Amino acid sequence: MSEQVESLIRKEYAAGFHSAIESDTLAPGLDEDTVRFISAQKQEPEWMLEWRLKAYRAWREMAEPTWAHVHYPEIDFKSISYYSAPKSMKDRPKSLDEVDPELIATYEKLGIPLHEQAALAGVAVDVVFDSVSVVTTFREKLREVGVIFCPISDAIREYPELIKKYMGSVVPQKDNFYAALNSAVFSDGSFVYIPKGVRCPMELSTYFRINELNTGQFERTLIIADEGSHVSYLEGCTAPMRDENQLHAAVVELVALDDAQIKYSTVQNWYPGDKEGKGGIYNFVTKRGVAHKNARISWTQVETGSAVTWKYPSCILKGDNSVGEFYSVALTNNFQQADTGTKMIHLGKNTRSTIVAKGISAGRSNSAYRGLVRINPTAEGARNYTQCDSLLIGDRCGAHTFPYIETKNASAVIEHEATTSKVSDDQLFLCQQRGLDAEKAVSMIVNGFCREVFKELPMEFAVEAGKLLEVSLEGSVG
Amino acid sequence: MLDIHELVAKVEGKQILNGLNLSIKPGEVHAIMGPNGAGKSTLGNVLTGRAGYDVVSGDVTFNGKNLFELEVEERAREGVFLAFQYPVEIPGVSNMEFLKASVDARRKHLGLPELSSFDFMKLARECSQKVSLDPAFLKRGVNEGFSGGEKKRNEIMQMMLLEPRLCILDETDSGLDIDALQVVAAGVNAMRDSARSFIVVTHYQRLLDFIVPDYVHVLANGRIVRTGDKELAKELEAKGYGWLEKEGV
Repeated sequence: MSEQVESLIRKEYAAGFHSAIESDTLAPGLDEDTVRFISAQKQEPEWMLEWRLKAYRAWREMAEPTWAHVHYPEIDFKSISYYSAPKSMKDRPKSLDEVDPELIATYEKLGIPLHEQAALAGVAVDVVFDSVSVVTTFREKLREVGVIFCPISDAIREYPELIKKYMGSVVPQKDNFYAALNSAVFSDGSFVYIPKGVRCPMELSTYFRINELNTGQFERTLIIADEGSHVSYLEGCTAPMRDENQLHAAVVELVALDDAQIKYSTVQNWYPGDKEGKGGIYNFVTKRGVAHKNARISWTQVETGSAVTWKYPSCILKGDNSVGEFYSVALTNNFQQADTGTKMIHLGKNTRSTIVAKGISAGRSNSAYRGLVRINPTAEGARNYTQCDSLLIGDRCGAHTFPYIETKNASAVIEHEATTSKVSDDQLFLCQQRGLDAEKAVSMIVNGFCREVFKELPMEFAVEAGKLLEVSLEGSVG
Repeated sequence: MLDIHELVAKVEGKQILNGLNLSIKPGEVHAIMGPNGAGKSTLGNVLTGRAGYDVVSGDVTFNGKNLFELEVEERAREGVFLAFQYPVEIPGVSNMEFLKASVDARRKHLGLPELSSFDFMKLARECSQKVSLDPAFLKRGVNEGFSGGEKKRNEIMQMMLLEPRLCILDETDSGLDIDALQVVAAGVNAMRDSARSFIVVTHYQRLLDFIVPDYVHVLANGRIVRTGDKELAKELEAKGYGWLEKEGV
């Protein structure tokens, strides 16, 4: 069986090509001049530079966290290039026709519809290539209903009041080591503002791609849903196959004002490294949202990529009756390591949170769920339900669960359920006896295991996620 | 259709089948009875290619093909079906999705186009009604939370959908009340025709009142020690297996 499982897990990384795009890449290294350079490249106002420098100075005093259940060689932050932009982006194209055809081809290879006519599915896309946002579709159409969807570098220049008010309001510059680094050197990312009472007419999405060698990607996303508004947002990520590890340290901040709803979905497929564990992306990400009165924030993530993942999309349930949700599938294969989960901080009265985390481990990989549920003294009548399931494929992988529950209000009701199971020989045999081949059988069993999470994804991406799992698992049985 | 010649097989290093011979023609129903540990379930598992059941020697041809040269799923697609004694659960995978994939795999093998979802649903509803399963079962996870009887009826429903050539029923009667037993038997009888054969493995003669076999074989110590017709089953019910087991040594 384990031999059978073995061969199903083997599969090449489909998004692992590198595009021959000329780029301006900053020499590796990090000091105040690097920060100034990036800020100047973005033609940022002085206050933004000061904000970055404050973060940089704080970062210098901070230490890398070591508490996660992951192991990797020390990262030399001086050997990374902190800025890379495709050359043709110097005068950013006004429309898709002006975009480097090689870049368009790259996104076509990834199956991402950039052409507006191809995007009839009704998805507005922002594309971040290495350090810059290269194109944002449907920007005008969204503007008609007052929705702002643009690169964050544009937003800093065009909507300074919103940026000053909200950037860093959820994830402060000094929040943690990687967030501080991001605050100092972030190069681009997406900005979304949904005005009062508006239901965003289409899915918004951002695709991130690391292309250049030895570059890190530090994007920053800020989504503000004003009172009573509603938005669904999806991000996808890929990178070429490289023998060297590459660093990705993003920050995502969500602000859901009174009665607003934000649904944030991620399909993360960064390069996971090869079968021997060489290369791959180090994915150290800080994602957090604040939900005001009656607001709802829902995180859904499907994590199949990266060599190391360190990521805890969290909700601060500040307003009374606010709701936080976290639905996660994390699949690790070969030598991948994932330490992921969530934090639900209950501050308001009658706040509710739901956590459904599914971990799938194959090969020699390790996946850990780490979750914190904190009920503050003010959170009268808070509820949490946590369900945490692990599925093992083969006998050399590991699954770990680290739940933390802190409750300071006696009226809280907290439920925690956890299961660990294996794809059993009996299940495989049943499927094969009914004529299904082993690979199809495993992918069906794994998809069944993830069903509760997939049903939270926007329809078109649920299909994508199912296929991604299939590809990531191919070769794990045979 | 099926010829088993001097079959010797091991399970976890222990020899369970010791030179078993059995020949089945199209349309025949063969009952296999015998004491615990005689190798009854092993036979079904060896024929379908379950991991852990190792063939030591002997050969089996199925419709002219060497069965042991085929993978598990290929045997299934050729029309060998095993109704499980203990069907496993596959949480989250809907019965419908699972069954459609199975039916399509078999149809593809036969050179037929896949069924449309509409046609499949129609067929699946018909089959579920024949075994008195609420069609709502089709939407539930495979065997997830099914009672013992529901699981067995679900197995028979799968058999109806897949229309196999050779059906192996591994103690399908175990744990069934008399009503469920009759439903299962009616399902099997409805499928009997001149081209389809059955191997019915059972402990009890009772099932054979409903599914009347052409032959009854007694398996003891890994070999067939006695063959007769349905009257043999009644004799066994009265006298037990002890007298035959001694002969089989």
